[in-house]
Amino acid sequence: MRELRIHGRGGQGSVTAAELIAFAAFEGGVYAQAFPAFGVERRGAPVQAFVRFSDEKIRLRSQIYEPDYIIVQDPTLIGDVDVFMGMEAGGIAIVNTEKPDFDARVPKGVKVYAIDATTIALEELGVPITNTTLMGAFAAATGEIKLEPLEHALRNRFSGSMADKNVKAAERAYNQIGGAA
Amino acid sequence: MLEFMEGSHAVAEIVKRCRPQVIAAYPITPQTHIVEDLAQMVANCEIDAEYITVESEFSALSACLGASAAGSRVYSATTSQGLALMFEVCFNAAGMRQPIVMTIANRSLGAPLSIWNDQQDSISLRDSGWLQFYAEDNQEAADLHMIAYRVCEDHDILLPAFVCFDGFILSHTYEPVALPSQEEVDAYLPAFTPYQRLDAANPLSFGMYATPEYYTEFRYEIDRALYRAKDAFARAGREFGEQFGRDYSALVEGYRLEDADTALVAMGSICGTAKDAIDEMREHGRKVGLLKIRTYRPFPAPEIVDALKGVSTVAVLDKNISLGNGGAVGTEVKSALYGSGAAVYDYIIALGGRDVRKRDIAAVVDLAEKGKGDMFYGLRTEVL
Repeated sequence: MRELRIHGRGGQGSVTAAELIAFAAFEGGVYAQAFPAFGVERRGAPVQAFVRFSDEKIRLRSQIYEPDYIIVQDPTLIGDVDVFMGMEAGGIAIVNTEKPDFDARVPKGVKVYAIDATTIALEELGVPITNTTLMGAFAAATGEIKLEPLEHALRNRFSGSMADKNVKAAERAYNQIGGAA
Repeated sequence: MLEFMEGSHAVAEIVKRCRPQVIAAYPITPQTHIVEDLAQMVANCEIDAEYITVESEFSALSACLGASAAGSRVYSATTSQGLALMFEVCFNAAGMRQPIVMTIANRSLGAPLSIWNDQQDSISLRDSGWLQFYAEDNQEAADLHMIAYRVCEDHDILLPAFVCFDGFILSHTYEPVALPSQEEVDAYLPAFTPYQRLDAANPLSFGMYATPEYYTEFRYEIDRALYRAKDAFARAGREFGEQFGRDYSALVEGYRLEDADTALVAMGSICGTAKDAIDEMREHGRKVGLLKIRTYRPFPAPEIVDALKGVSTVAVLDKNISLGNGGAVGTEVKSALYGSGAAVYDYIIALGGRDVRKRDIAAVVDLAEKGKGDMFYGLRTEVL
């Protein structure tokens, strides 16, 4: 079983990202489970959402403390929250940041993919909502989900030009990380 | 075919296919998504039901009670303080023998205010005469609704039921669920045939007062019907298995109990985490198993005794507290196992949404095997 923890702020779509990543993984033929860190949601407050991937039915219900993967939607979280908590060597982190040399204590052996998802989201969607962009980056960096089911998940969620824009944002991030991964 | 969806949506979809004729509910976290979905389905004419909007949970269940007495299949859903507000109507619904099915998205009770999960709400209604079924995952939660209608509407039973699934932990989790088609549900669950109903041409009174000469006999009849519900549940669960391949005939379900020295006993979603923890403990040579209680009411005491034969230590995980006397499930398991020779310990755990990890399950097993129990697990003594 592999586990993903998504760090974001209320309003950035972390829970939606977890749902869509899990949906895409399920469409890709594995068992998946997505759930939020249940709380009284407030815009701007640090939030978490979780995804599990497994070849067998998933029974475990606890939150995720030792993730194989993390996604950090907001660079200002680093410092406020120990986003790398519980990660071990071999782990993969996807961090939205304008500064690839951001200051954080990254556990040894964790591969960090820094991507300026905010700029991509602003250019493609016109709003700094980075969740769908980071899904593309996650797909390229981890291989847990393929681009095709991810696009299907996005088109299932959004309609018309919104779907096209989100797919384009995800593809751009996928291709950008794809070169590095 | 498995589909990927939220637990609340799976429940709403299956309730739709059960064809309730009247739905009345008041939204309350974490039950909200279920009734929002159903209200939308009614508005879209996907379901031929009357959706009665009400100003409180008391009214919601009262409306259901009246509609059920008039001969309709009815549905409601609630949790926590909402269920507490229904207290009086719950006893009336069972006493009037109305087969109402209500989902409980289990949540703690205030004060202090908590929106998070434990099972205090439904457990606190254990003496109301409602059947209580607990789901481990969203597939079981969906399936138990179909079984609940079958059992409740059986003319030998005629009682209401809670279908309990853990708030947030299941209600807000997305996972694969197989939803039967409308035709398949229709084949399993025939239309409701009321035993008797309100009818102006043939007047009847429901819930009249009973003098001391009759009251005890009314209570006796309800109690007998609850015991009969064991067989009705087993039958409905077995037939469900025959049609859908998922057998629910067992009121209690063992996991790796065959050669177990120590058994955990639990209800609801914590059973999944416990199973994973047991697999890890087994890898280290620990002979540990789990007994999952599916039907809390009727309480499967002989079934528990039978399933735990040969087990020397029993650790009950109680997501509730009967203040002043320990956990409700633990108390009843101890009563059932009285004289068996097994050491039975109770652990109050996961109250108000406190997360339970595999290592917590292992720690409980360690405590039980050392003879330490009847306690709150994981108490933060530094804040006391």
